[in-house]
Amino acid sequence: MPSIAKPVAIHPSLQKNVLGLTMRDYEGAMSTLCAGCGHDSVTAAIVRALWELATPPHMLAKMSGIGCSSKTPTYFVSGAHGFNSAHGRMAAIATGANAANRELTYIGISGDGDSLSIGLGHMCHAIRRNVKMLYIIENNGVYGLTKGQFSASADVGSKSKRGEPNRMAPIDPVALGLSLGATFIARSFSGDKEQLVPILKAGLAHRGFALVDVISPCVTFNDHVGSTKSYLHTRKHTRRVTESDFVPPATEILATIGQSGTTTVTMHDGSVVRFTGVPKDYDPTNRQRVTSYLQEHQGQGEVVTGLLYLDESVPDLHEMSNSPDQALSKVPYDKLCPGAAELAKLQEEYR
Amino acid sequence: MNRTNTEDPSYYHKVVDCQWACPAHTNVPEYIRLIAQGRFTDAYMLNRESNVFPAILGRTCDRPCEPACRRGRLDGKPVAICRLKRVAADHRGEIADLLPPIPTKKNGKRIGIVGAGPASLTVANDLMPHGYEVVIFEQNEKPGGLMRTNIPAFRLPAKVLDEETATILNMGVDIRYNTPVKSMKALLAEKFDAIFIGSGAPRGKELEIPGRHDALLNGPRIHIGIDWLESISFGHIDSVGERVLIIGVGNTAMDCCRSSKRMGAKSVKVMARRPRAYFKASPWELDDAEEEDVEIVINHAPKRFVIENGKLTGMEFERLEWDAKAKNSRVIDTVFLPADDVILAIGQENAFPWFERDLGAQFDKWDQPVVDEITMMSTLPGVFFGGDAAFGPKNIIWAVEHGHQAAISIDNYCQDAPVTERPAGGMNLISQKMGLSEWSYHNDYNPASRQKMSHVDLARRFRQLDIEVELGFDPEQTAREVQRCLNCDVQTEFTAVRCIECDACIDICPLQCLTITRDGSEEDLRTRLSAPAFNLTQAIFASAPLPQTSRLMIKDEDLCVHCGLCAERCPTAAWDMQKFELEIPYAGRAEACTSSYVPA
Repeated sequence: MPSIAKPVAIHPSLQKNVLGLTMRDYEGAMSTLCAGCGHDSVTAAIVRALWELATPPHMLAKMSGIGCSSKTPTYFVSGAHGFNSAHGRMAAIATGANAANRELTYIGISGDGDSLSIGLGHMCHAIRRNVKMLYIIENNGVYGLTKGQFSASADVGSKSKRGEPNRMAPIDPVALGLSLGATFIARSFSGDKEQLVPILKAGLAHRGFALVDVISPCVTFNDHVGSTKSYLHTRKHTRRVTESDFVPPATEILATIGQSGTTTVTMHDGSVVRFTGVPKDYDPTNRQRVTSYLQEHQGQGEVVTGLLYLDESVPDLHEMSNSPDQALSKVPYDKLCPGAAELAKLQEEYR
Repeated sequence: MNRTNTEDPSYYHKVVDCQWACPAHTNVPEYIRLIAQGRFTDAYMLNRESNVFPAILGRTCDRPCEPACRRGRLDGKPVAICRLKRVAADHRGEIADLLPPIPTKKNGKRIGIVGAGPASLTVANDLMPHGYEVVIFEQNEKPGGLMRTNIPAFRLPAKVLDEETATILNMGVDIRYNTPVKSMKALLAEKFDAIFIGSGAPRGKELEIPGRHDALLNGPRIHIGIDWLESISFGHIDSVGERVLIIGVGNTAMDCCRSSKRMGAKSVKVMARRPRAYFKASPWELDDAEEEDVEIVINHAPKRFVIENGKLTGMEFERLEWDAKAKNSRVIDTVFLPADDVILAIGQENAFPWFERDLGAQFDKWDQPVVDEITMMSTLPGVFFGGDAAFGPKNIIWAVEHGHQAAISIDNYCQDAPVTERPAGGMNLISQKMGLSEWSYHNDYNPASRQKMSHVDLARRFRQLDIEVELGFDPEQTAREVQRCLNCDVQTEFTAVRCIECDACIDICPLQCLTITRDGSEEDLRTRLSAPAFNLTQAIFASAPLPQTSRLMIKDEDLCVHCGLCAERCPTAAWDMQKFELEIPYAGRAEACTSSYVPA
């Protein structure tokens, strides 16, 4: 753990967002994770994404379970709401919280142990329900808190720190999400904020459940030669299939991508964005083709990153259950719970 | 861009802005840490090694270190480096045992020195421990030169001056008071092995306007500032008229106006030609003068002295209006200001009426001696200059540095080595790591604001004329001020081959100093930094290509607070906090120039 809190001195160029907050205002407590942990970089990416989106801290809910990953909500946006649940239960608790108060922005932080082992069932159902939240899996292939045993996402053949290879097949959260009908699926790398920050912003703006699998190396137990989740291995085998940037919703601008594969578009605020087309054999809106593309490339040992699949047409939990626009927590109690007499009347209708 | 060579001592030296700005390269952060530990004597001795007069300079230094201080770029106010120097001096213990021993067996070389000011005394200080015999010729009855005659006692008490000059003179210097050198030819005839001239800049500039030389019935009422201050210093005058005008707005003007208040003046006006932003006086000296109810009048150019019936009644000034950058002015009108005395403080210059021009020493077209800026030697071999005598008026700390350099040259000259052969400096880098997230320096950032110096109240300072106005920092102020220092000498040393590009250092850096990016020209790289680099005079560090991606680690040194968090969050110890020690060579110490007072 660092010897001191981060100095309060700030760079004079530090800008303020529309809320008048600097990026430093989106920070949290000092991290107690190992020095060099990928999770701290994910935290820094979250801080930047929330600052750029100007999310009001008091309108943010940070949800987590148990594990190294689940400690990280402490390290960003001190002024937000937070819930550190039982192991693997974050998805369920977040679903409940979202049901009760749909006005908050939800960020769930989980790990490969929390989401793919003990909490796998809960995560699957949150995907099915399309709960509007950003769900980040900080994926490092090992149980860091218990000293580096293989987790459910460890690849076959990946070596432990002691040199033993893993023999059990991995659970791939991206493949799982595709099969469960997830509406926003992305994969990124903690060491690539240029890609990760826009993906997080897009996930926060998504209509429903945004699943982001972040390869976030465990510097202590899984950053050695032979590991398939190390910094070096991830860098060497990454294939960025889509280039990502987040453009806030505004009036439509139409453009076409020519033969060069890129085109530049002047945005509403005057900034110029360069768009790069996805590969010819890739269509991020076609679930089957994404599935086969990923299977093919992952079979070759590649780590395919980018915003992999997107479907904005599917209603979220509240839309599906036809709940009121207002947060349930704000509905007056006598309306939310009309009393025993009303209940008896309702039941009478079904007799 | 090119890989930064951190093995060149000047790279890290520049990061220690205060030490870089100090002409004598005083190791400021180290002495501030020693003060923080209550080791005042050690802090004093470390100071003394480079600046020789810590107690004097702790009160009077021009402080080139403070505008350079990195803290000033962060919260607007630099560390009160000068005041802390005084803290070390005020609280030091006995130092006699810590001074270098003076050999009883001399080396047979005799050095003649003209004047007993700071440059001359530094030469004596540096040469006495090596067996030289030093003879100083001083025209006054006490040592110190302009430090004694031009700096009023309310800023620099005589006791402080006496103590620090005595430390050097007690090394066995043969000082001859009341002995002005009247002829260089005669001095050369005394067959010294080398001669050092530190006779200062003793001639105050004249203001040749109508009325300046008119005869006055009531004695001289128009004074040359530095001469007038000297007369006060030696007790030759003790009063001045009720209304005093000071012409000029440099530091001498500040001493003159404050002295006038103590000599009985009721109304004192400092007359400046230009707007305040262009004043030569240090801002703190202006503040101190205004605290004493001195009025500073801008945009007034002296036109003539008004003399009626043989008496000075005042002066006429042209009121000026300046353009935006105060380059060109326009006269608005002429105004009369009454005065009983006028003191001219518009600059001073060196003068060598006693130095015959036919001895082989070249003087330039301004009648200034031609002196080499590195060796301090004139064109007459064996004759050296230093302090204000060398290149005109500068300040005490420059005089000290001239003295050090001249001493090296004199040592070379006397030992038959070329004076141009300068001993090499060097540096030491010592890791400050004590354990996991544990450093041997205090790395926390203290947001405390700069401590304000307390002053003796006005009534008392005008009653007791030589009372020192500044009281010095109290223990609480000292404790807060030392923590404002950012330990800029504790460097972030980077080893590229160890880096795994995990971004931990970049994520934690509070000042966004770090960037990992692809190579490019320096100009191009500066556009791709995590935070824009405003200060183009501060270098950016570029590492060797990193092992995994061949990108570079870039650090903008400008605003680094040296908190060590990059090193704490680095999993591979690619970053380390290492204390930089500049090895400054002094006379006779080429073979062992390591500072003896820097604790490991």
